[in-house]
Amino acid sequence: MEQLFWALFTVVIGVFGCVLYFFLSNMILDRIYPAKGPNAGRNINRAARIRPWLFMFPALFLLTMYLLYPVVISVWLSFHGSDGDEFIGGGNYAWLLSDEKFAESMKNNMLWLIVVPAGSTFFGLIAAALTDRIKWGNFAKSLIFMPMAISFVGASVIWKFVYDYRAEGEAQIGLLNAIVTYFGGAPQAWITVPFWNSFFLMAILIWIQTGFAMVILSAALRGISEETIEAAILDGANPFQIFWKIKVPQIWGTIAVVWTTITILVLKVFDIVLAMTNGQWGSQVLANLMFDWMFRGLDIGRASTVALVIMLLVTPIMVWNIRNARREMV
Amino acid sequence: MANLKLTNVAKAYGDVTVLKDINLEINEGELVVFVGPSGCGKSTLLRMIAGLERITDGTLAIDDVKMNDVPPAQRGIAMVFQSYALYPHMTVRDNMAFALNIAKMPKAEIEKAVNDAAAKLQLTEYLDRLPKALSGGQRQRVAIGRAIVRDPKIYLFDEPLSNLDAALRVATRIEIAQLKEAMPESTMVYVTHDQVEAMTLASRIVVLANKGIAQVGTPLELYEKPENEFVAQFIGSPAMNLIAGEVIETGAETVVALEGGGVARSKVPTVASDLGTHVNIGVRPEDLVVTDGTPLYQAKVEITEALGEVTLLYFEKGTRSEAVIAKLPGIHATAKGETVSLTAPAEKVHIFADGQSLLYR
Repeated sequence: MEQLFWALFTVVIGVFGCVLYFFLSNMILDRIYPAKGPNAGRNINRAARIRPWLFMFPALFLLTMYLLYPVVISVWLSFHGSDGDEFIGGGNYAWLLSDEKFAESMKNNMLWLIVVPAGSTFFGLIAAALTDRIKWGNFAKSLIFMPMAISFVGASVIWKFVYDYRAEGEAQIGLLNAIVTYFGGAPQAWITVPFWNSFFLMAILIWIQTGFAMVILSAALRGISEETIEAAILDGANPFQIFWKIKVPQIWGTIAVVWTTITILVLKVFDIVLAMTNGQWGSQVLANLMFDWMFRGLDIGRASTVALVIMLLVTPIMVWNIRNARREMV
Repeated sequence: MANLKLTNVAKAYGDVTVLKDINLEINEGELVVFVGPSGCGKSTLLRMIAGLERITDGTLAIDDVKMNDVPPAQRGIAMVFQSYALYPHMTVRDNMAFALNIAKMPKAEIEKAVNDAAAKLQLTEYLDRLPKALSGGQRQRVAIGRAIVRDPKIYLFDEPLSNLDAALRVATRIEIAQLKEAMPESTMVYVTHDQVEAMTLASRIVVLANKGIAQVGTPLELYEKPENEFVAQFIGSPAMNLIAGEVIETGAETVVALEGGGVARSKVPTVASDLGTHVNIGVRPEDLVVTDGTPLYQAKVEITEALGEVTLLYFEKGTRSEAVIAKLPGIHATAKGETVSLTAPAEKVHIFADGQSLLYR
């Protein structure tokens, strides 16, 4: 009951606080530069120049507070020791370069970076093309899209069952092991197999992201002029050639946006690894490494250094993605 | 290079029949134009020839080979689309070469075919551009070039000029006419709703209406001897005037007493049994002349449109559903409300009974 009251109170304060802010700040501005008297014209001009900033101030303030400040502080922390007090110069960066787990994380992240966007976009494209051609396509689409609604941790729990392993002799309950044993193979503890286990984790993210890619690409495919496809039919192209030589090249822009959007997501991949392996058996990734050092290793300096590496990797892709998306929209 | 034959062709979407009983023979070297009002199925017919629409019933034969189930690319046809349908991601060269590449033709031959077509269409300097860097007229020429390189037996044009502005349309129309002249053996089928395009380009026109063919003939045949009221009114602008009446004299020259008191004489022959038949006479606005004698039509002028070379007179409708229009040569000063008496030479007066011309019985 008390919580409910406070939640309501916060909402009311928040909304009225905003109204009050805009009302008062504009009132004060109009007091300082009244739109009457001998200098009315000059005052109006000045007030008009200041007014936009009044409206933008809250957003700018929050962005500074929650984006700019953390970046600056992270940079500062990356030059300091485990408790964030002692200045150690480039010590954290030196550690980073020699750390095995970091090298492993970088390598795994690169793998994720290639496999997941490629896999999701490819399967999304195929799904989009196929579902557009069948009667129950919309139903199939909603099935494929469904995993998007599941949280990463939830998805990991589901897939834990797929990859589940029971000791030899016991009944296998994992789907993958069921298939393997059906064909006469020996059951495996899949997520502990170094190198390959990363791919089993990637499959989860591909499973989730294919729906996203499919929806966007399906819209793009529908935007292709029907006449160019008919022209290709008359030119003798078979369905494969029409798809790869006529349709896909016409939606390259959209494919690039989908690809980079998933890439950014992949660079931050964390939940799946944490829930499935927690970075053991050679499956560590950067985001989980950062989390480990922050909350388990209790070294805020090293955690900040890893965080900065992630940011550096994401930024160029983000810039490119936003530019591309903007161009697509025009 | 090829002839095309449609036998009892029909098209239906579910229970809805769009075309039926289409019988048509197109000979090698002809440029046949399909015209008709919107929704008459002219584009559908063309797409059936192309193979983009299934033929519900009847036979389509090219060079006496049944083509109903032959894939579009193997019918020996090439089509120019209304929206050009250029592949936006390919250069002009690649657009034109696409079909040949698909057919795995040797590179050197492709090169030559593309260069020849480009030269013919003045596209040589644009070969490495993308379609978006071309003007509408140039895009249209690329679309035609894409058809030419395939050296098809039959060219199909689906309203190719309707996306161009008026001036360019005239220029491109002439280019198509010249193209046809340069390839005298090629067979072309051309769909348009513009009767000027039809009249100027066609060796024969096929008028489509009411799910079927209303008349097939040369442009002047359609103009001078329309088979029915639909064709009579569809060809020519303004449309032919139709006036109801009753046959009062038969023979080599027929006399019809018209509603409104006029009398029309026509060279359309009739027989004795036609006496008393209710008919419509048809007379084109440009065939009407002012007269002092017995008028064919007499009414008050509602609107006068002086265009300089001709003057259009729109008469008061009275009980008619459409105004009678006269197109008089030169400048003809007429005040609103003035009564004008008109007649027409007997050889220019058509007679229709139940919508069909008596000339074709």
